[in-house]
Amino acid sequence: MPKLIAKSPLSDIWPVTHGALSLSELVLDRVVSVAPFPGQAGAMAKALKPLGLAFPEPNRMHINGEMRIVWTGRDQAFLFNAALDTPAAALTDQSAGWACLRLEGEGAAEALMRLYPIDLRAAAFPHGHAIRAPLNHMNSILMRLEDAFEIMVFRSMARTAWAEIEHAMLHLAARAQM
Amino acid sequence: MRIEGRGIIDRSTPVGFRFDGHDYVGFAGDTLASALLANGVRLVGRSFKYHRPRGILTAGSEEPNALVEVIEGNSHTPNVRATMQELYPGLAARSQNRFPSLDFDLLAVNDLAAPLLGAGFYYKTFMWPRRFWEGLYEPLIRRAAGLGSLDRQHDGGEYEQAFAFCDLLVIGAGPAGLMAALEAARGGADVILADESAQPGGRLLSETLTVDGRAGGEWAASVLAELQALPNVRIMARTTVTGAYDHGTYAALERVSLHLPPRPNLPRECFWRIVARRAILAAGALERPIAFENNDRPGIMLASAVRTYLNRYGVAPGKRVTVFCNNEDARRTARDLIAAGVTVAAIINSRAHASAVEDCPVYTGATVIDSRGRKGLRQITIRHGGGEAVIETDCLAVSGGWNPQVHLTCHMNGRPLWNQSLAAFVPQPDAVPGLAAAGAAAGIMSTAACLASGQRAAREALEALGRKAPGITLPVAEDAPYAIEPLWQVPHKFRAWLDFANDVTVKDVKLAAQENYSSVEHMKRYTTQGMAPDQGKNSNVAALAVLADSTGRGIAETGTTTFRPPFTPVSIAAMGAGGRGAGFAPQRFLTSHQASVERGAPMIEAGLWYRPSYFPRPGETTWQQSCDREVQMVRNHVGVADVSTLGKIDLQGKDAGRFLDFVYTNTFSTLPVGRVRYGLMLREDGLVLDDGTTARLGEHHYLMTTTTAAAGLVMRHLDFVHQAFCADWDLRFISVTESWSQFAVAGPKARALLASVLDDGPDLPFMGCGPVTVQGVQGRLFRISFSGEEGYELAVPARHGEALFRDLLARAETMGGGPYGMEALNVLRIEKGFITHAEIHGRTTAFDIGMEKMVSAKKDCIGKAASQRPGLNGPEREQLVGLKSLSDGALTAGAHLFVPGDKVERAQDQGYVTSVCHSATLGCSIGLAFLKDGRARHGQTIRVVDHLRGVDLLAEVCDPVFHDKEGVKLRA
Repeated sequence: MPKLIAKSPLSDIWPVTHGALSLSELVLDRVVSVAPFPGQAGAMAKALKPLGLAFPEPNRMHINGEMRIVWTGRDQAFLFNAALDTPAAALTDQSAGWACLRLEGEGAAEALMRLYPIDLRAAAFPHGHAIRAPLNHMNSILMRLEDAFEIMVFRSMARTAWAEIEHAMLHLAARAQM
Repeated sequence: MRIEGRGIIDRSTPVGFRFDGHDYVGFAGDTLASALLANGVRLVGRSFKYHRPRGILTAGSEEPNALVEVIEGNSHTPNVRATMQELYPGLAARSQNRFPSLDFDLLAVNDLAAPLLGAGFYYKTFMWPRRFWEGLYEPLIRRAAGLGSLDRQHDGGEYEQAFAFCDLLVIGAGPAGLMAALEAARGGADVILADESAQPGGRLLSETLTVDGRAGGEWAASVLAELQALPNVRIMARTTVTGAYDHGTYAALERVSLHLPPRPNLPRECFWRIVARRAILAAGALERPIAFENNDRPGIMLASAVRTYLNRYGVAPGKRVTVFCNNEDARRTARDLIAAGVTVAAIINSRAHASAVEDCPVYTGATVIDSRGRKGLRQITIRHGGGEAVIETDCLAVSGGWNPQVHLTCHMNGRPLWNQSLAAFVPQPDAVPGLAAAGAAAGIMSTAACLASGQRAAREALEALGRKAPGITLPVAEDAPYAIEPLWQVPHKFRAWLDFANDVTVKDVKLAAQENYSSVEHMKRYTTQGMAPDQGKNSNVAALAVLADSTGRGIAETGTTTFRPPFTPVSIAAMGAGGRGAGFAPQRFLTSHQASVERGAPMIEAGLWYRPSYFPRPGETTWQQSCDREVQMVRNHVGVADVSTLGKIDLQGKDAGRFLDFVYTNTFSTLPVGRVRYGLMLREDGLVLDDGTTARLGEHHYLMTTTTAAAGLVMRHLDFVHQAFCADWDLRFISVTESWSQFAVAGPKARALLASVLDDGPDLPFMGCGPVTVQGVQGRLFRISFSGEEGYELAVPARHGEALFRDLLARAETMGGGPYGMEALNVLRIEKGFITHAEIHGRTTAFDIGMEKMVSAKKDCIGKAASQRPGLNGPEREQLVGLKSLSDGALTAGAHLFVPGDKVERAQDQGYVTSVCHSATLGCSIGLAFLKDGRARHGQTIRVVDHLRGVDLLAEVCDPVFHDKEGVKLRA
């Protein structure tokens, strides 16, 4: 019997580079939302400890190798690339529901500040910061890595997000050539 | 006329440009205005109302006269200020508001009729017949009066929006702004320095003054070089701060590439939103004209503009220049001109005791009383102590004093304060929280005082930011007193202009006062003074001085009109950058999108989603044919539709069932695991919010389905209820709409189709659910139906959605089935009497849709109490019914219902139609409708009237369920 082929949200779009910036899709493997039940903070911490992670404070994320836990809302975080089984939290698979775009290069914050009404300069939004914020009209999760920004949007809106970020990249590249 | 050795233009780079069909040459660094003056072009436009010949008045963004259209390929931009448009190779511009040409304008006849056309003329004249106003008068007046013409094509240019953040925003880079930026930058603050001009420096570039022994321009360049090298400073040239808003937010418009030939992907303009912890307004001051007889001739300019053209652009605006002023400051115009070798015919100073040391005739206590030269100034007449004299002159440099640029300080309701010694309004301190004015914007006029004021403002900002001032020694600069005696208008017989842009004269303002429009706001509306693109920058203070004089009040008492953003015109294209076409809203695509498009399905927008309307087959020429076939296919074989757009909310926790009991009208805590139940949700006001099915996946685990339209709304509602009423419950929920691709499989052969795709096929009862494996993929199967047939919904993680959809279609087609679109889906549900948001549109109750029994009597729920209010239940309500057309005519949604024989008027209205379709199953037009006491009227005949679409027919009222009333097929 044939297996159903899996497709990432932007699987038919090639990475692009404009000027100093490059945009690519980061294929999400395993993402689980973790929402600790009331009074379960201690149990939650205990469950995350073996992973080398702690439940993140608002607008922050914790990283341990490939594993990552990102604050995504009130009493809610997204856990990446890790298995967790605990009655302390509601766990919901989110792996297929999101597209992840990776923007890297000099001026990435400038490009995203065309779309996010947020101060994304390194001093204000350094590595380890993550925020639930609107990417133009879209709900998104924005994460600052050491060398890049990673942006998660709803799977269905991936193309719009891609187009809007690429548009900002094109503008910046054209400005750089002025 | 160019003056050798003057200006900061690049004389090694000639730039060719075109104006009104003539080719000219300027230099890099020129504006269109300076290049036109250098080429001896004085006539550049026609005035708004009288079509008077007009020339260049200013050298800045306040220009009221020199408005032109810039031509770019097949499109053009109107109302571009020639004083702001920088020259680039190939720039093409034309004058506007003239016909057939600038030199010979037929509508100049208006000028002859001027005695008739004063303020209020239209209001008094074009009164009857009433209907002529819209059809005849207004179009005619609009044609005759006006600015540039709109390009009727879409603006194809690129525009940009961006956000910026800083500790300190310095607005304006003249002496005060540069000093403030330098102080703050050295103090370590994160600074944005925004300047309207292509080259920051402000008046330092326009005057011959020195700073620390160096030419002002040189000092400015050295400060800019230092600032540019600092990592904590961002210099934004060509950027006008246009508005001050709450919480330190400022709007700014950057003219990114309007000084260049168009290039791909290069934005024309960028609309910035800058958030600053502190801001300094160092926007300087604007010189103002004096109203005298015929003061609007080409060649009559502001004295400061004459100096800017001379010192910055190396252009003498005339060969024989006269200066007319009421202050000491303007005399430097004569000195600069004489030093540059330009003849100065005379200085006419209205102040009786002005000093007179310049090497030219100086008349003190004198005024200009008339001018001559229709298309270019030739001579002026002056009145002085000894009588009248005529002076031959081709350029008159006028200075009526300076108005500090208080505009931004008034954007949050502040009013400026009248300063008698300056004869000007100055900003009210703290009118915009965090914004301090410095330099000429604060009414501080000498260069030395401006530098000190900039430094002082920066120090205060640094202190507020918790930083230390670096201790810079102030540079040495001129500190001449600014002596002024107010002179707003010279007594005259006919017309003396106040507002050049809107052709408002002293007489108009006096007429307003005479007709009792004595409030400054009324005067503005009556005369249109201050309403043009320059927003009265050149005329407001003089106009209200004339009004004050006419009404016998003081200027302070008269006050100003309200200053509102934007400070200068902002193109809508920049404010809405990125919002054109598909950029208007995100597009949501289903995983099946590509497969549907490949099958030729037209996609329709449903909210933000794109869904297939129908799947045409060869030979089908109309959507109705495809739709009818798809309906029959589902009724007789099997159909597949992507229903992933429905909202899906995953709820977990010991209190999940209790929570559902609270938000739904019916009970879910008793639902067995592995079963699905239809639920109805009310708003707090008792009207229906949404409906859908909820499945119990585990003891403490539910999956709610919402309608597509209300997915976000329901999520917000649940969040509100949870946070506001039961935050401590053991409950968590999250949207999983995007995580799952879900396909409806419906029809008599649905079970057979599913059996072929599922690795393990559970035998589900109607309204059952359970986990399944689909070719190795974990999925979920629900036995629910929106079609009236035996129906299932099969869900898999969205990454497998496309593959499953293609596989389902391929298999369905071997069974006589296939995909069906939104049209067929709609017909199927109408035939079955299922509601959508066409029915639960926000004004219907559970009673109206016949579901009042679903509001459980055993428990409370959101909206229950309110749903039992008087008037929400009973025969007076419009109730859901079915309609069957009794003729060949088709029902229309939105049509209203009347009793046959009744008058068709609002008072007799019996209800309205919500959904209609051609029923392929029944072979006639059917619909759902709300009809007064409808459930008691089944079998009656009703008249359906739709005036918009010309429909008037009879229909039979019936039960809303047309197909399989007993649900035999559903439960098969």
